[in-house]
Amino acid sequence: MNNFDYLKAGDIQDAIGKSGSCTDSSYIGGGTNLLDLMKYDLAHPTTLIDINHAGTQDAVTETENGGLRLSAFATNADTAWHPLIEEKYPLLSKAILAGASAQIRNMATNGGNLLQRTRCYYFYDANVPCNKREPGSGCSAILGYNRIMAILGTSEHCIAVFPSDMCIALAALEATVNVEGPNGPRSIVFADFHRLPGDTPELDNNLLPGEIITSIDLPPQGFSDNYSYLKLRDRNSYAFALVSVATGLELDGDIIRNARIALGGVAHKPWRVPEAEEFLVGKAASEENFAQAADIILRGATGYQYNDFKIELAKRAIIRNGMMALHPETQLPGALPSA
Amino acid sequence: MEASQKQVGQPLSRLEGQLKVTGTAKYSGDYQVPGLLYGYVINSTITKGKITRLDTGRAKAVPGIVEVFTYENRPSLAWFDLQYADMDAPPGSPFRPLQDEEILYNGQPIGLVVAESFELARYGATLVEVECEEEAFETDLRKEASKARSPKIGMATMLKPLPPRPKGKFEKAYQESPAQVSAEYYHGTEHHNPLELFATTTIYEGDGKLTIYDKTQGTINSQLYVSNIFGLKYKDVRVISPYVGGAFGSALRPQYQLFLSVMAALELKQSVLVTLDRQQMFTFGHRPPTIQQTRFSADMDGKVTAMNHLAIGETSRFEDYTEVVVNWSHMLYPAANTLMQYKLVELDVYSPLDMRSPGGSTGMHAIESTMDELAYKTKIDPLQLRLINYSEDDVSLNRPYSSKELRQCYLQGAERFGWDKRSPEPRSMRRGNKLVGYGMATGIWEANQLPAKADAILTTDGKLRVNSAVTDIGTGTLTVMTQIAADELGMKIEDVEFLYGDSKKPFAPIQGGSFTVSTVGSAVKVAGAALKKKLFSIAKKMKDSVFSKADLKEVVFEDSRIFLRSDRSKSVSFLEIIEANGGKPIKVSKFSVPSLLKQKKYSRATHSAAFVEVEVDEQLGIVNVTRAITAVAAGKIINPKTARSQILGGMIWGISKALREETIQDFNLGKYMNQNLAEYHIPVHADIHELDVIFVEENDEIVNALGVKGVGEIGLVAMPPAIANAIYHATGKRINQLPIHFDSLL
Ligand SMILES: Cc1cc2nc3c(=O)[nH]c(=O)nc-3n(C[C@H](O)[C@H](O)[C@H](O)COP(=O)(O)OP(=O)(O)OC[C@H]3O[C@@H](n4cnc5c(N)ncnc54)[C@H](O)[C@@H]3O)c2cc1C
Ligand code: SF4
Repeated sequence: MNNFDYLKAGDIQDAIGKSGSCTDSSYIGGGTNLLDLMKYDLAHPTTLIDINHAGTQDAVTETENGGLRLSAFATNADTAWHPLIEEKYPLLSKAILAGASAQIRNMATNGGNLLQRTRCYYFYDANVPCNKREPGSGCSAILGYNRIMAILGTSEHCIAVFPSDMCIALAALEATVNVEGPNGPRSIVFADFHRLPGDTPELDNNLLPGEIITSIDLPPQGFSDNYSYLKLRDRNSYAFALVSVATGLELDGDIIRNARIALGGVAHKPWRVPEAEEFLVGKAASEENFAQAADIILRGATGYQYNDFKIELAKRAIIRNGMMALHPETQLPGALPSA
Repeated sequence: MEASQKQVGQPLSRLEGQLKVTGTAKYSGDYQVPGLLYGYVINSTITKGKITRLDTGRAKAVPGIVEVFTYENRPSLAWFDLQYADMDAPPGSPFRPLQDEEILYNGQPIGLVVAESFELARYGATLVEVECEEEAFETDLRKEASKARSPKIGMATMLKPLPPRPKGKFEKAYQESPAQVSAEYYHGTEHHNPLELFATTTIYEGDGKLTIYDKTQGTINSQLYVSNIFGLKYKDVRVISPYVGGAFGSALRPQYQLFLSVMAALELKQSVLVTLDRQQMFTFGHRPPTIQQTRFSADMDGKVTAMNHLAIGETSRFEDYTEVVVNWSHMLYPAANTLMQYKLVELDVYSPLDMRSPGGSTGMHAIESTMDELAYKTKIDPLQLRLINYSEDDVSLNRPYSSKELRQCYLQGAERFGWDKRSPEPRSMRRGNKLVGYGMATGIWEANQLPAKADAILTTDGKLRVNSAVTDIGTGTLTVMTQIAADELGMKIEDVEFLYGDSKKPFAPIQGGSFTVSTVGSAVKVAGAALKKKLFSIAKKMKDSVFSKADLKEVVFEDSRIFLRSDRSKSVSFLEIIEANGGKPIKVSKFSVPSLLKQKKYSRATHSAAFVEVEVDEQLGIVNVTRAITAVAAGKIINPKTARSQILGGMIWGISKALREETIQDFNLGKYMNQNLAEYHIPVHADIHELDVIFVEENDEIVNALGVKGVGEIGLVAMPPAIANAIYHATGKRINQLPIHFDSLL
């Protein structure tokens, strides 16, 4: 870890200005990921620009179209426990609470959550080849111990997973990310926010240098009647997902009117396949139909030896979570499956 | 003495508990003396080879960085292997930090940056340029298994006996038996990961003397190690370690931060603190990966006829670390034909190191899983099978046990658990969409005793002070020793002080192997007894003594007084005895030596039986240990509260070993990949459900004068096989590789 300067931004323009005027600066939210990267000697910002007070820390405001706006500077905890989120977007609340630990969620900001980096072991070890850390150096994970790695959307350059839980729910909810930068504000639909590795695995997302995430908009439909977040991992809490599923359904009796299914732990971004969701519309909410949807979602999935199991596990998880969404009240804490 | 006044047997809370939970207790990295310098270790990033170039110039140019030590500029040190050998060193040549340009394993310490702050030292470490020439290496035990060889024999083998000789004709008996089972088991590497990081603060006292605060399980072990290597007089090296934030075996041997802290302090003539970070906690000893094969056979009545158990463990290229893996089955089951084999494979890793229930938890997993398979083969209930093969004697050595209440462990454990509700067929019990499984297993661990010394002093204010160099690694040693001393002298807990964790105090061996209470407790007891004798002889000589005609057998010690047994109105207080001693304190010093002649006629062991219920989500494979009970026969229980905590901790570790923790190795890179507590999964609260402990009454007059056997390891031993057996019962799937990943049950 190197020495660095610390600057506190008063508002968003101030932050962008500060960022423009120093080289190698980095915004810092809760610091739960960035400080680790610095201690591991992977990130070397010479200036940290604290943006925690650059915008409102009130988690939630209502928007004109009947949705909600999440502040990028609010904590994950304040967001998950906000009464409006619990009531209208319980899927998001459950997904956030399935992540990390209470202590980390108290520090972590919503903006930072979208930008957290992969947990690939090889990425965190500065002394081994990794294309994401050092483009062109190679990927140690492909032939290494790849239990936690991706099965979908991988490339020969990188098979890392984007590790967020919150973002899996945001993908299912079709959120929009609002950013501001040197060239002004813009909005990015969630599906376009994160990237696949392709031949630029060093890029996790489409945020441009100097841009700040200011807020995240949720459309009115929150699937609060039929939703479920299922997270499968190596211990019951405080572990990243091997596979996770966010499901939201709109039902008419037994018949699905609208479906959203996003997968976590399987790709370099939250994984959604609209074709599978369309397939379910007009069909009964049954194990058989969820299984067929799963097959569509998992089309092209490839294992790398130690993560082969994820293909079958993801299928079962999609089926189970579809059925759990029919009875969301039975969900167990920590996103354990219901009985 | 009234039974109610006895301290032994009381569930006393840890005497230092408040200091610990309020952050008042100072650990070895917490001594901020003026002028303290901070060291940060540079570790090798290659697995094997040679350092070809070192450049410390950029680091040394940073203001506040005082020195960078490497093999090139370290002081010249002791030459002989023996001088580097600590009390727990296995046969071979102990690792020497900063010895030369050779890299023996990934993460090997190759330099120490010393600076005015920890942060600066750590930054400095990133500026040191190191170039290496890499050589081919091998870290995969399974790949190298064919190179297994017999271990070398040395001092360490005394406490870790080699496998017993073959008995009968294994092959023939096995082939001729109607029920045969054979299986292969694999355990990966594990790292101890105590919460407290390894740290040593060496205080440079100026007159050639050092006071060293070290994270250790043996203050005298660290003292000897430092003195021998750096050529210092024993009396000039004092090692202090009052609080240890967990160690689990990792601090049985001095670790490299001790060497580096002392070296830097001596060279710079200043006090130096070296703390390892969490990643560096993966750069020394660990539980070795082990391959096991078992072949057991029985007749259709369930009598075990033949047992073959082979274990192949990992060791380093420089030492032969061994553990007792294959000796246990024949200590339990009286088969007439046995073949036990134990071998090592050298790999490019650091030497393995004892980790809670070393060998026992490994071997018993294979043994008790194999017994479980035999139960299904013979269609006999697994508990019944153990009872059919119950032996009062240790047939492996043809001698009786000093005591063995294992049968009661089985019976009381089964009763409280409700074992009779188990339906025999796998996959036959359900709860909602979960498969339910019941599993059980036996546990065994040796009950050793070593020599130790203790001082007992009656101070001028009539209080008792007892001294020993022993540490308290969080097990409750302080509390338990205070209880033993209080009872011996008939005093209240408040009037007794146990001082420990200091190499200046009377000799105690390293704290491990579950032998501390038997070893140091016995020393405390004999010192207490000697003090009683001395107090009585002074009391007898007092003017008009009420004891003039009495002898020691005719008096009792109670309430800090001596009473005549036959006439309790006659008594003398300890304070009066001090007065009679001219107002001076009264001190005795006593060595306790195990009575080998008596002990060697017996096998001495702790036993347990674990009963476990698991629920397995049939669709997703997720396993929860919903209930577990361990019944333990460990002789006399000095403190039921701290003892229960030890067993619970062991049981949780058993859950961890069976289902959670593993060090992930990348064999292409020759290194450990999950070097942090986010990815090295130990159980969290959500993983732990109902746990219960039973202490079975066991009287033992042979094992030691206290009749204690130790409870540090036994809680862990039986849990992994009980869990694996329960999973088999629930799912019909037998997974012999630990930890059992839930996806292996899909
Ligand atoms: C041990 C551990 C376990 C965890 N487990 C989980 C888990 O199970 N599930 C899960 O989802 N997450 C988990 N996390 C990750 C955690 O959720 C993220 O670290 C956290 O959300 C990051 O938020 P932060 O505010 O602390 O980000 P920081 O660390 O402050 O920043 C992260 C990155 O985002 C940038 N940044 C921050 N805010 C903004 C903004 N508004 N605009 C532009 N750039 C910004 C920073 O420059 C930095 O590059 C875990 C983390 C740890 C340490
Ligand atoms: S998977 Fe990606 S992050 Fe991991 S080693 Fe390969 S390139 Fe690096």
